Amino acid sequence: MRPAFRFPTTRDNEAAMFRRSTLAPAATIALALAGAALLPAGPLLAQEAPLRIEITDGVIEPMSIAIPEFHGDEEIAARVREVVADDLTGTGLFREIPIASHQVQPASFTEAVSYDDWRAVDAQALVSAEVRQMGENISVRFRLFDVVSGQPQGDGMQFDARAADWRRAAHKIADQVYSRLTGEKPYFDSRVAFVQETGPKNARIKRIGVMDYDGENILWMTDSSSLVLAPKFSADGRRLLYTSYDSGFPQIRVMDIATVTSRPLTQDTGAMAFAPTFSPDGRWVAYSRENGGNTDIWLMDAATGAQRPLTDAPSIETSPSFSPDGKRIVFESDRSGTPQLYIIGLEGGEPTRISFGAGRYGSPAWSPKGDMIAFTSQVGERFHIGVMRTDGSAEKTLTDSFLDEGPTWAPNGRVVMFTRVTPGGSGEPRLHSVDITGRNMRPLDLDFAASDPSWGPLMP
Amino acid sequence: MMNVAAKPALMAVLLALAACARPAPPPAVPVVDPYASIGGGAVFQGDLAGGTLGAEATVQYFQNTVGDTVLFPANQTTLTPEARTVLARQADWLSRHGAFTAVVQGHAEETGTREYNLALGARRASAVQEYLVAQGVAPGRIRTLSFGKERPAATCSDESCYTQNRRAVTVVTEAGPGA
Repeated sequence: MRPAFRFPTTRDNEAAMFRRSTLAPAATIALALAGAALLPAGPLLAQEAPLRIEITDGVIEPMSIAIPEFHGDEEIAARVREVVADDLTGTGLFREIPIASHQVQPASFTEAVSYDDWRAVDAQALVSAEVRQMGENISVRFRLFDVVSGQPQGDGMQFDARAADWRRAAHKIADQVYSRLTGEKPYFDSRVAFVQETGPKNARIKRIGVMDYDGENILWMTDSSSLVLAPKFSADGRRLLYTSYDSGFPQIRVMDIATVTSRPLTQDTGAMAFAPTFSPDGRWVAYSRENGGNTDIWLMDAATGAQRPLTDAPSIETSPSFSPDGKRIVFESDRSGTPQLYIIGLEGGEPTRISFGAGRYGSPAWSPKGDMIAFTSQVGERFHIGVMRTDGSAEKTLTDSFLDEGPTWAPNGRVVMFTRVTPGGSGEPRLHSVDITGRNMRPLDLDFAASDPSWGPLMP
Repeated sequence: MMNVAAKPALMAVLLALAACARPAPPPAVPVVDPYASIGGGAVFQGDLAGGTLGAEATVQYFQNTVGDTVLFPANQTTLTPEARTVLARQADWLSRHGAFTAVVQGHAEETGTREYNLALGARRASAVQEYLVAQGVAPGRIRTLSFGKERPAATCSDESCYTQNRRAVTVVTEAGPGA
């Protein structure tokens, strides 16, 4: 069973602010490439034990992977190949065998694989692909081979896309390879909302953008006329919630990404509203509402605007995040005297504290799988991103710096992205990501300062 | 008959008047202040905005002389004795200048998460508002707002700056006619 892959929503890669291009209707494909010519000469015995990286907490040896030049139209094929390679090696789970050391250069996509030549360069896996451009569209076919056992790993697939969406086609291929070799769900074909920061530290100019997970294809959602904070994707990836000072006072707005139009969700002049987040079904917005200096978590019906308090305490309650089933919320509260993490059901009642380690805990994010909470912790003068189970057990620290905060989960729950701020008057925020094993800490390749990432869903 | 001390003062006035007739701004003219201790001097810096009697009713006066900022200890939102002293002056000024309204802006240092710091700044702003209201300022004249850690007063990353950033700033505005 294979899902149909569609490319319905991306837009012009150079899109200027507030402009969007309309796209052709979704091109669809998920096609097994049959064909006897592709059948391997080797034995089929490894069907029950496919080539697989086990992602564990221990030190792992990256899987060696060969990605020879893609066939087809040379220029676009080379670009797609580079993105596929970057996606895979960027995980830290794969080591690419340089093309220069390859012993064979397959003449065509359909040529039979000579496994011995790939074994000779210690390749464990081989990606073969062909990219054809036909006017405004491209068509990409790929196959993955288990070099060790000498057979294809899964069926070949074909993706059709608009030429402008070539990066998405590349991410789809990399996602397939990643998924088949790790057993994890994919995440490369996804987007991240963020806040760009410019100007001096005491007068930052902020605007919200949406980009591919790897920092490409940036679309600007707001101009820089008013202070904006902490965008959060809806589960369907079509909307953003964020906090805006455009009225002079912080209020919540919702942005439709496709049309780049926003409207206020709260307009209460007597109360600040911030830290909004959607429930997974999009029905509820949980947020922080401040009145008379006291901040509680409130729930708003996204359709009607009707709202009610979920917590009612004289302490600070903020940074809500829904469980994947939408039934519970993890949030930050200082009711114990210091900020700690608590879980409450949507029906309300007494929340359960889950953080008991040293220091202060904040900005929790419930994992897509439902089993973990990522958080910010402050111990002494250092900040950390960490993860723990939803009952507070198995706490693990992933990072350590002057100031790390605000983790957001990759759609497959394997990676978190967060903001790392450097100290001092010239200090600035940068987006980083780290595997939840604590490995593979890396900055996102952006040529500007950015904060408050929110990782959206895997694109359809 | 003029005494010795008054003579230079008169000259200074004459000089100043003469200066008014010229297009160029007057140079700083030393005058002898008859109310100061003997030998003291004062340098004319220009007319006070709004005239001598109205000088107190300015945003500048509130910021510089009354004091628009109070500071808080780390992670605290309660008012220190020093803060209360400043707020008492603010309340007195607001009581005497009923045409002004105030927005109290709460702030926090950069250590701490963005959203918690927004809430922390709101608490600080609210603490100031409550104190001013308790001192007799009409509640409707004061609004509160938090910038969390978004607008630091000082940008270094040590306690010398954090001390200045854990603050609440009272921003006064003169309501326009009909407001």
